[in-house]
Amino acid sequence: MEDILHVTLFTLGIAALSTVLIMPGGIGLAWLLARKRWPGKSLVETLVTLPLVIPPVATGLILLKLFGRHGPLGHFFAQILGVEIVFTWKAVVIATAVMSFPLLVRTARVAFEEVNPRLEQVARTLGAGPWRVFVTITLPLAVRGVLAGSVLAFARALGEFGATVMVAGYIPGETNTLSLDIYHLVQLDRDGPALGLLLISVALAFGAVWCGERLLRRRGS
Amino acid sequence: MSLVFQNVRLCTGAFSFELDTTCKGHVTGIFGPSGAGKTTLLEIVAGLRHPEAGIVRHGDTVLTDVAAGVQLPPERRRIGYLPQDGALFPHLNVRQNLLYGRRNGTPVSRIGSLEQVCVALDITAFTERRITGLSGGERQRVALARALLAGPRLLLLDEPLASLDAGHKAAILPYLQRIRAEFGVPLLYVSHHPEEMFVVCDEILVLANGRLAAQDAPPALFERTAEPHYCLRPVCPRPLPK
Repeated sequence: MEDILHVTLFTLGIAALSTVLIMPGGIGLAWLLARKRWPGKSLVETLVTLPLVIPPVATGLILLKLFGRHGPLGHFFAQILGVEIVFTWKAVVIATAVMSFPLLVRTARVAFEEVNPRLEQVARTLGAGPWRVFVTITLPLAVRGVLAGSVLAFARALGEFGATVMVAGYIPGETNTLSLDIYHLVQLDRDGPALGLLLISVALAFGAVWCGERLLRRRGS
Repeated sequence: MSLVFQNVRLCTGAFSFELDTTCKGHVTGIFGPSGAGKTTLLEIVAGLRHPEAGIVRHGDTVLTDVAAGVQLPPERRRIGYLPQDGALFPHLNVRQNLLYGRRNGTPVSRIGSLEQVCVALDITAFTERRITGLSGGERQRVALARALLAGPRLLLLDEPLASLDAGHKAAILPYLQRIRAEFGVPLLYVSHHPEEMFVVCDEILVLANGRLAAQDAPPALFERTAEPHYCLRPVCPRPLPK
């Protein structure tokens, strides 16, 4: 029972942390994609969408190569900052963040595109600089879509498996999330406890997606 | 008002806009058919569109000088802009909309206080209401008040009566006349309708296909043209409520 509580809280914590970490960059990128023209925009759009369409295990392998001890980012973290990434909880956060990032960006981008640009232009003529316009006009009018995207990203992070198992492995008490535990228990032929964790996973994901859908529907109305 | 356009040029797709003139009227009307470049002209003055060449100057202030690399951002021009639909911020109530142009700690407007402007435009009764509950005429008056309260040196009105029926138009026109008389803010006024021009403007620019076709005071301009749609049928502004 204690293990179940621990793994549930760990999964919730990882999903929450990864969602919070991707929000500033995700919201900023969504706004840039919705409102600005810049060289390389199509390339960035494609790169952002890639984790949605390539196998999660492949994304995990890319992350392993990047954050492994001999990878460019892993070397930087290990040698310069003295922080090991792979096969730790930090790798779980990175894997879930990368996998859920596209959901946040795509949903928030649509929300920003739906804000009438005329309102932003009029705010500028009333003396507001670009940052004030973003904070007082654009973001409040897009907030439901941005929150819905964040909730969907959180739900995606809750269920992440493929990329996580590649870059973080299954280390009990260190990297085991609900989905990794379910897989491990099924491998051990312990279907009963696996079913219990499955129900918790479904309940959490259902709650998150339901909240996201409600936010999107209210925005639509 | 002295608003100078010196060899201003802007091309977007198949449309090209060129203007070389000076507006001297206190209220200058911009008249012409759809696609003539009326809104383009306003957006250039507001700083929302950047011309490819030329100079735009308002009084002593250079707003745009392409050759010198000067492009004053919209928030530093102090030029108010009222689009056709008013563009009120839907997540703010009337009062919050009105105060949006207020700068930190400074008086709301050099034109007048919030109360003065609200009284002049007859919106005191609904300053706490939500935007969604306002009629078309009320929305336009709030948008007008909001633009005035930001203390503009020039106010751009882009067909402010276009979305209103004849009754509401007749009700709003006196407020525009009052702005002209009481607050002394120069106006650039875009419209399809000569009768509005006749009531409000003291100078008119006629645009056609992105070029200046004529420029004069309203009576002289409309008298000398044979174009049937220039025929004046002045509307009678409804008296303002006391």
